Amino acid sequence: MTKITLEVNGKKVSKDVADHTLLSVFLRDNLNLTGTHVGCDTSQCGACVVHVNGKSIKSCSTLAADIDGSKVTTIEGLAKDGKLHPMQEAFKKTHGLQCGFCTPGMVMSAVDLLQTKKNPSEQEIREWLEGNICRCTGYQNIVAAVKEASTKM
Amino acid sequence: MKTFNYHVPKAVKEASKLASTSSAFLAGGMTTIPSLKLGLATYKDIIDIKSIKKLSGIKVSGKSVTIGATTKHAEVAASKEVQKAIPALAKLAGNIGDAQVRNRGTIGGSISNNDPSACYPSACMALNATIHTNSRKISASKFFTGMFETALKKGELVEAVEFEVPEKADYQKHPNPASRYAIIGVFVAKNKKEVNVAVTGAKSSVYIDKDLSKKLTSSFSSSSIEGIKLDHSEMNSDMHASSEYRANLVSLYAKKAVEAC
Repeated sequence: MTKITLEVNGKKVSKDVADHTLLSVFLRDNLNLTGTHVGCDTSQCGACVVHVNGKSIKSCSTLAADIDGSKVTTIEGLAKDGKLHPMQEAFKKTHGLQCGFCTPGMVMSAVDLLQTKKNPSEQEIREWLEGNICRCTGYQNIVAAVKEASTKM
Repeated sequence: MKTFNYHVPKAVKEASKLASTSSAFLAGGMTTIPSLKLGLATYKDIIDIKSIKKLSGIKVSGKSVTIGATTKHAEVAASKEVQKAIPALAKLAGNIGDAQVRNRGTIGGSISNNDPSACYPSACMALNATIHTNSRKISASKFFTGMFETALKKGELVEAVEFEVPEKADYQKHPNPASRYAIIGVFVAKNKKEVNVAVTGAKSSVYIDKDLSKKLTSSFSSSSIEGIKLDHSEMNSDMHASSEYRANLVSLYAKKAVEAC
């Protein structure tokens, strides 16, 4: 067991975790933050993307103990005071989701893109979202959502 | 995933001491963790080396670019210094996997794993890299010994990779559309004395294509390798590409790389 201390969505949490606990498991099972989805479990689908110290990573391929002391933001941490994040608003507006399973990961990846690149081209959006798979194949509207959000962020 | 003991040494010596026949060094974990989850590998001890400060960072001198083992692909891709000294290396790093993999994956991890389809080993071979470990310096041509095999011994840890700055270089990859691993990748480097064409993804381990390198050393232009037929007998054949197709891609992408130099 290892004791880890994290700041998750602005709140400090300290817990003992088994050494082999994945960040995705820690978030879902220990903190009940089930917005972070586990899709493929082989780090290809991107449904589990969260931010660690501001950068998007795949939480299903990261040990919780490995990020001890870090700041984590999950999909639950984006909305502020009951108001959706501009990226969430954009997904809603452009119908950027169908079944919704990939959406948390898509949103978290896309937010990271706009942090580093203010006005990405369609090609840059598609390249950035390579690590996020939508099996409803709803990519057109996802790309449209990121484009829309880029005008608001 | 089976349990293991997680260690966070602060110094290379300590990390090396913890190593055993049932341990693995952990950097970004982009291969190690999925392998553990799938049961492809099990270890008693996982030794996380990311807290060892001296293993991270980029140093550029006139003649070489040295990248610390735990430096992430995203850091190499974004480094202004690398972009200036060896743009092909920054480009290669910026096209590994996807954005999230690049935010975690490291150069030391990539070369120590020596996946036959990994991008970095080709840069090491073409740019006459020297691999600095905690006990010696190994030239890239002696480091990659076979499929997922390297010259590293138990307790030996990659500390940094030193690349020679070439006159010109380019990397061209035909990625698997799902995993972004190279179905084939060709790194062409025009060095002072010779041209190296390193190929990844085509065989069981990275290699220098002697025919292409020789032809380009005598005349560095795409016309000198136009239509060259490569021997495909030792090339990989799988659901993604037959060996004949890979051989054709290698010559085609070598040409593309020369033209982009």
